[in-house]
Amino acid sequence: MLSFIVRRLLQSLPIILAVAALIFVMFSVIPGTFASSMSDDGRSVLDAEVMARMNKEFGLDDPVYVRFGKYVSQLATFDLGTSFRTRQPVAHVIADRLWPTAQLAFASMLFAILIGVPLGFVAALRPGSWIDTISMIGAVSGLSLPKFWLGLLLMYLFALMLGWLPSFGYGGGDLRYLILPSIALGVAPLALLARTTRAAVLDIMNADFVRTARSKGMSESKVVRWHLTRNALVIILTTIGLQFGTVIGQAVVIEKLFSWPGLGSLLVDSVTLRDIPVVQGSILVIVLLFLLINMLVDVLCAIIDPRIKYT
Amino acid sequence: MKFRTNLVIGAVLFAGVVIAGIFAPWLAHTDPVMDANLMYAEEAPGSEFWFGTDAQGRDIYSRVLYGARISLTVGIVSQLINTVIGVCLGLSAGYWGGWWDDVVNGLTNMMLAIPSLIFALAIMAILNPGLTSLLIALGLTNWSFTCRLARASALSLKSQGYVQAAKVLGYGDIRIMLTQLLPNMLGPIIVIGTLGMGGAVLAEAALSFLGLGIRPPYPSWGSMLSDARDQITTAPWISIFPGLAIFVTVLGLNLLGDGLRDILDPQARTRRA
Repeated sequence: MLSFIVRRLLQSLPIILAVAALIFVMFSVIPGTFASSMSDDGRSVLDAEVMARMNKEFGLDDPVYVRFGKYVSQLATFDLGTSFRTRQPVAHVIADRLWPTAQLAFASMLFAILIGVPLGFVAALRPGSWIDTISMIGAVSGLSLPKFWLGLLLMYLFALMLGWLPSFGYGGGDLRYLILPSIALGVAPLALLARTTRAAVLDIMNADFVRTARSKGMSESKVVRWHLTRNALVIILTTIGLQFGTVIGQAVVIEKLFSWPGLGSLLVDSVTLRDIPVVQGSILVIVLLFLLINMLVDVLCAIIDPRIKYT
Repeated sequence: MKFRTNLVIGAVLFAGVVIAGIFAPWLAHTDPVMDANLMYAEEAPGSEFWFGTDAQGRDIYSRVLYGARISLTVGIVSQLINTVIGVCLGLSAGYWGGWWDDVVNGLTNMMLAIPSLIFALAIMAILNPGLTSLLIALGLTNWSFTCRLARASALSLKSQGYVQAAKVLGYGDIRIMLTQLLPNMLGPIIVIGTLGMGGAVLAEAALSFLGLGIRPPYPSWGSMLSDARDQITTAPWISIFPGLAIFVTVLGLNLLGDGLRDILDPQARTRRA
């Protein structure tokens, strides 16, 4: 198992390096996007002398290959550089924002799993019934809903009209602040999980081993528990893993809407303020999280299904 | 949902949005940008203003109609760019194999590791907000699935008898790819393209909502929702109609994609039961 995890980590390394190189090329090689960005935003005017000083301070007057070498060696020591605006280490700025994003991603996935998976199961066990039809119409609709619009409507209904929940903010970690953004972010994964679970269970229901179990007289509850659930779990887990990564990416809009102090809102603010080191660092951390979650899912799948080899 | 019901509903919804976009100048009551009148600010929906007015007194119905043009342009053009990139890379990688296949595989794996909205956001950080930038950002971020599909199809098709026959007849590689392989993989690519268009419409709205896409006063549904946030308590209709328009468009495209998959990829239909 350990060698499997190490191998998966090593497989991820070229992807991480390639992403780091891509981000570097995007933001550092294209002329005028770094030091001059402060004057490009229309908020401040920098003269040539100040620009030259800034270029020197950030090492931007070095040749590209030297800068790339420095960038990679900095990354190797988890140094993501210094914020263009606040002059704080980017790693510290990002570390402060990681927990709120993790909270939001976990809560929205919990909401999606707790409703989506049972809904998919029920729909698959009664194909063609009213509950199947309604849940699948709901699933297609859920996948088509713009998250920020749903968030806006939830905010209007539950916070502003009914006054049951706070409308926005972090509330110093008060869990009531987490409910509305989690629902808004969790509806799309919920819909996808319901659809995937239904398809996976329907697929397995027609498998030979399920037919054999039934013909041997095994009770329906045991068939569901021992055969359907366990076999569907690998597909469901894989979907959960992929959706977890997607949710972290999509959290950007919801965090901004609900003024949630996470990684996504940091990224948007940094893009608006053109704080390039923070933008680069945030994207790299999001990609790392995405790869890490998918690796965890691979390991979990291998534990659940012994047919999956550690290769 | 019954076979082809989703196709019909999807086609009707999408056709409705297309018609609204094309005929916006004739269907709209006012100019979506110029006709601001503070005398009519935040008017509720009624016989004069069907969807109400916004904080500047602009007719929301007219703005929603014109917004369809932006969303459809972004959805269709960006997805076309994605499809062309994905097909060119995937088809050539699957057919030629070797080092080129390794390069394309590496690129695809890298793209799959970056959430597409985040990558689009990064591109928008470099470019200035606007329609062209949006088309570039969304056109470069979502080709990996098409590429994977085209590569897998090319790998399985290149050993078919008719491809071998074309080689014997002296067809060049490019001609074989374009005339023998591409027509035989078009079905699933059209399905992915249709479903991807819905994603592009949502991404455009999200980027415009964040202030990085289409900038006000131009009537993009996303930027209209962004403007509406401050009026949610006093004039909720400003938020409702642009959001509903996005929902209907994406729902139409998703249903259309599902329906096309049932027809063009019958195996997928059996798998989904």
